[in-house]
Amino acid sequence: MRLALKIWRQDRPQAKGQMVRYDIDGVSEDSSFLEMLDLLNEQLIAKGEEPVAFDSDCREGICGQCGVVINGEAHGPERTTTCQLHMRSFKDGDEIVVEPWRADPFPVLKDLVVDRSAFDRIIQAGGFISANTGSAPDAHATPVPKEHADRAFMAAECIGCGACVAACPNGSASLFMGAKITHLGELPQGQPERDARVVSMTAQHDAEGLGGCTNLGECTRACPKGIPLNVISQMNADLRHAGYGR
Amino acid sequence: MTDMLIEGLYREGEPIADTKAPAGDISQKWTTRQFEAALVNPANRRKLSVIIVGTGLAGAAAGATMGEAGYNVKSFCYQDSPRRAHSIAAQGGINAAKNYKGDGDSVHRLFYDTVKGGDYRSRETNVYRLAEVSANIIDQCVAQGVPFAREYGGLLDNRSFGGVQVSRTFYARGQTGQQLLIGAYQALERQIAAGTVQMYARHEMLELVVVDGVARGIIARDLVTGEIETHLADAVVLASGGYGNVFFLSTNAMGSNVTANWRAHRKGAYFGNPAYTQIHPTCIPQSGEHQSKLTLMSESLRNDGRIWVPKRAEDCDKDPREIPEEDRDYYLERIYPGFGNLVPRDIASRQAKNMCDEGRGVGPEVDGVRRGVYLDFADAIGRLGEEAVRSKYGNLFDMYERITGENPYEVPMRIYPAVHYTMGGLWVDYDLQSTIPGLFVTGEANFSDHGANRLGASALMQGLADGYFVLPNTIRDYLAKGRSRRSARTTPPSSRPTSRSPTGWSGCCRSTAAARWTPSTRPWARSCGRSAAWNAPRRVCARPSTRSASCAPSSGATCGSWAPRTRSTSPWRRPAGWPTSSSWAS
Repeated sequence: MRLALKIWRQDRPQAKGQMVRYDIDGVSEDSSFLEMLDLLNEQLIAKGEEPVAFDSDCREGICGQCGVVINGEAHGPERTTTCQLHMRSFKDGDEIVVEPWRADPFPVLKDLVVDRSAFDRIIQAGGFISANTGSAPDAHATPVPKEHADRAFMAAECIGCGACVAACPNGSASLFMGAKITHLGELPQGQPERDARVVSMTAQHDAEGLGGCTNLGECTRACPKGIPLNVISQMNADLRHAGYGR
Repeated sequence: MTDMLIEGLYREGEPIADTKAPAGDISQKWTTRQFEAALVNPANRRKLSVIIVGTGLAGAAAGATMGEAGYNVKSFCYQDSPRRAHSIAAQGGINAAKNYKGDGDSVHRLFYDTVKGGDYRSRETNVYRLAEVSANIIDQCVAQGVPFAREYGGLLDNRSFGGVQVSRTFYARGQTGQQLLIGAYQALERQIAAGTVQMYARHEMLELVVVDGVARGIIARDLVTGEIETHLADAVVLASGGYGNVFFLSTNAMGSNVTANWRAHRKGAYFGNPAYTQIHPTCIPQSGEHQSKLTLMSESLRNDGRIWVPKRAEDCDKDPREIPEEDRDYYLERIYPGFGNLVPRDIASRQAKNMCDEGRGVGPEVDGVRRGVYLDFADAIGRLGEEAVRSKYGNLFDMYERITGENPYEVPMRIYPAVHYTMGGLWVDYDLQSTIPGLFVTGEANFSDHGANRLGASALMQGLADGYFVLPNTIRDYLAKGRSRRSARTTPPSSRPTSRSPTGWSGCCRSTAAARWTPSTRPWARSCGRSAAWNAPRRVCARPSTRSASCAPSSGATCGSWAPRTRSTSPWRRPAGWPTSSSWAS
């Protein structure tokens, strides 16, 4: 396949960036999107040019480290991660526009690499159950009804890639946050800290400069794990309860 | 230890044995060791610091636990967040001797199965301890909110896994590793918020700092600014995973490049059982030169799929559906009629390679050889119906289709073995301390628990056992006895640098970048991985020899080093520009 790539190049966090066009030939349609970028980088290095910086690690769609905006869509045209997007989703001769996640709280570090540490700080604010090692009761001491366990699991599938923020016109991380609040709030172990959790996580979310949710649903459409929009309703309900009592 | 490099590659180590496991009955050793290991009182813990490299199950769990105990922890990972570590990719489950099914499981049976599964080459004292703490892991993870699969009554569900006759595997659909890692990550983030753990993400360890023979810190590079930093501590823990990527293509993450372990080894830490690499038989084959990594599919596929290759090499590029039954070679069913397609992992892997080496492989040619065999579900679909097959394996079939673009309900899948896990690693004693005092090694990075073969669902168990329960209880003995502080008093690190200094490392990185041995590192890694590892002449298991640094007959950890029976006629040659061993042995 022959492709025309337009890629965001930015040298440093403070530097001014620009779109740069690269023509690339000999791309296998069996290669993944990131392997296509690997090939481009091989060619750039051979020419003595700076390779395009992008994030990736597991390359099997579970670690959440990769993610770029492809032709205006977070993770591109398929509902999967960038590493699991394959070039057969494109046609020979296509022009592909590649940009980093676009959101103020995710500043660009270089080219397509952004700083998502805001997500870690939201988890630090309360996205956990306080259970010191060694203090746990027997695992069967607290039965969890299957439907609660299944819903917690569904929400816990979030990989923290940030596509929801990149897709949201408001730059909101409500889907990410709602997923964690639903995961922990569905379980009996998560009840003691449930109110404090939602209050401090949402406060941290706003402090990071992430936007408010207006229920547009772009986040859930872009989510490679299909986290549903109702986790945001759960978060809002929990927040209301935390203020006014359950 | 001799100074001479054998074949220019490695040094012969002295025979070495564990001295930390207490005497007495194996079932009492861990209790005794926990009692005998010195304590650090809570007021003194905040004066002590520990560096932990890696934030997978072993690293994140250790970081969280040490932080909760009140030590100063510095945690390092090369990814942008500790939650990305490759433990996250584990699918199957985690073993624990809970006996919730009442099917006769026990600590002793888990211990026995693990030792037997590892061909009696693991260290039995360590394995017994692993089995003992396995039940605590499940309790801990449930308390953290890990959403394990449950039955309708609300209790935890179990399934059985290869090589055992009891149901002791706890799981969270096909994402057990993800859920366990997120649990450990959340515990770690909680300690970061509490100020006990300082997180250094996007940092790569370049060197171990050893002062007067004692590990005192690391040199790391900030991957964003490029700055090279020195970090000192009272002890260093490596939880940086295995070395599967030396084979170039493996199921490991792209960044898991074994630098940390390699540097520690070059600094004198012994390496045990390097040949013990697990090759997983059911991975998606390589589709071309562009490929950056391999993807594993659950071994459960072999329960219903039939593995075959064409009998004649000239049929290999035909549409498999047009090859009649009589021209197909169901080679596992032919060679091992008793086990058929369910032969153990190593046999299934070896025979697949043999078939492809004979020229009967299928799929795209890579380096002139077709490396793939068919895994055919036509019989199963005929017998059970497509719906039943979909409900059992739907997610795996979807994953296969996304990666290959082929519909496995209509065309047989193609599979090929891939490097998956390394049982070998840095040598450790019962306390998980390496041969460098103050350097501890946990999880896949060490060598002790799986012998020659790891059983399914045991990697997650070992990572969390080491991180939550073993290391925090053994490292305190070292910290309490204050060896590092004594040596720190007599030899401040600044005055006695035995490592290359940060400035030296900057120069080294600059000259490496300037040297431009090859256009990029990828072709280099590819040629090393292919020629040194994958396509090396067939090696056979020799008698346990003294060549490996890890022989410990008295501890039950007899090492089997793998050596060529006859000298290879085509010795491995270094690629042009390969640095000499002396330039590495700083």
